[in-house]
Amino acid sequence: MLRQDAYDLTTGAGLIACPRCDALHVEEELSVGETARCVRCGGVLARPQSGAFTQIIALAVTTMVLVFASVFFPFLEISRMGLGHGTSLFGVAMALADGAMAPLAVALLGLVVGLPAVRALLLVYTLWPLARKRPPYRHAVRAFRLSEQLKPWSMAEIFIIGTAVAMVKVAGLATISFGPAFWAFVALIFVSVANRSFMCSTTIWDALEDAGASTDGREKVEETKPA
Amino acid sequence: MIDATNDGPVTDAPDHDPAAFTDGQGAPILTAHRAGLLGCRSCGRVWPEDHTTCARCGAKLVPPDRRGLAAVWAWLITGMIFYIPANLLPMMTTQSLGRSTDSTIIGGVLVLLDHGDWFIGGVVFAASVLVPVGKFIAIIWLARMAGKPATVEDAHTRLHIYEVVEFIGRWSMIDVFVVAILAALVQLGFVAAIKPGPAAASFALSVAFTMLSAQSFDPRLIWRGLPLHTRKDH
Repeated sequence: MLRQDAYDLTTGAGLIACPRCDALHVEEELSVGETARCVRCGGVLARPQSGAFTQIIALAVTTMVLVFASVFFPFLEISRMGLGHGTSLFGVAMALADGAMAPLAVALLGLVVGLPAVRALLLVYTLWPLARKRPPYRHAVRAFRLSEQLKPWSMAEIFIIGTAVAMVKVAGLATISFGPAFWAFVALIFVSVANRSFMCSTTIWDALEDAGASTDGREKVEETKPA
Repeated sequence: MIDATNDGPVTDAPDHDPAAFTDGQGAPILTAHRAGLLGCRSCGRVWPEDHTTCARCGAKLVPPDRRGLAAVWAWLITGMIFYIPANLLPMMTTQSLGRSTDSTIIGGVLVLLDHGDWFIGGVVFAASVLVPVGKFIAIIWLARMAGKPATVEDAHTRLHIYEVVEFIGRWSMIDVFVVAILAALVQLGFVAAIKPGPAAASFALSVAFTMLSAQSFDPRLIWRGLPLHTRKDH
């Protein structure tokens, strides 16, 4: 299991530390479908998938299209006693936009549609050259790290549950009909779930490093091995 | 109250011994800290202890000590402070046929239950009361237990709680989204109109600060309390 020549305990080359419990592991190239788990806490360290980069790019482009659609098409429509009122997601944000609530409106719009779109863009930027076996673009490392940092803040699926609750609250008051943007949003949730199952950030970091993103000269295990 | 500089009982002393790699069967596990190295929490790369940023992903390298807990406490306390007005002030104001009613978080849940919508009422109650309060308690507990002696089972339990807290944090936003959607949708003039209240903003901030608190918690601290040898026969 250990390859004595493949790691260096003074520089840390060829080693991986579990981000959850700090246990050291010797880095090994995994083949597709294998899962590396931490020996101490059992957390998943890496899980490469076949053709993952292409899949993630495809899903990210889909996300961008859906986000665009969901922002501008009508989202929900309400009618009661002949009075009707439709709203797009922009409308939802603008409802909060007057006065002191404006920052909240911007934040909500950002969390619901802004971040998923930005993340999709960053992922395409990072992975597009990698999927074509080219060296990564400039700042690809920064782009991917930003995308990872934004991950917990993108809240599209929570918004859909919020919509469901709002439906029930209004149900007695008026009739609701869903617009195309609502369905775009539901599709967005499925896309993001699929994306999550293909994403393995360790694999992407390794690929970035192997493809020549700026590191301080250390490359993957095989190349640091003394001859 | 919080001694942020004390690094807790030293059970994880540096010990440069390559033979200490685990065999997966309860033998001592070599951590990056014990090997005098620093692991990157963002990408997992390992660096000598004097490095401050990870050269692969650019993240800041932070040693797993209790100093990082100060940020956890700061964000948590801010989040708890914002949770108070979120409950006392109105979440939204409903104007219907000339009557105007304010509703708080609890008020909204009671209305739903009154209508017989037990399930949705339960979802809202869970998302806006049980989850935030549970998160406060869980983070306080994790931060107090961090670095304290633990058995392997304890550590796994704490890690599970940390993972649940990390996962569930975003879901408290449901009620804020509900208010936003209702306010945008229900604009039928005299018949019915809904306006968001100040509690929506403070609730959103409370959720955001609690998320930051959970993110600042370093789960590696959970494992620092483990004794060097996980079995008596070693």
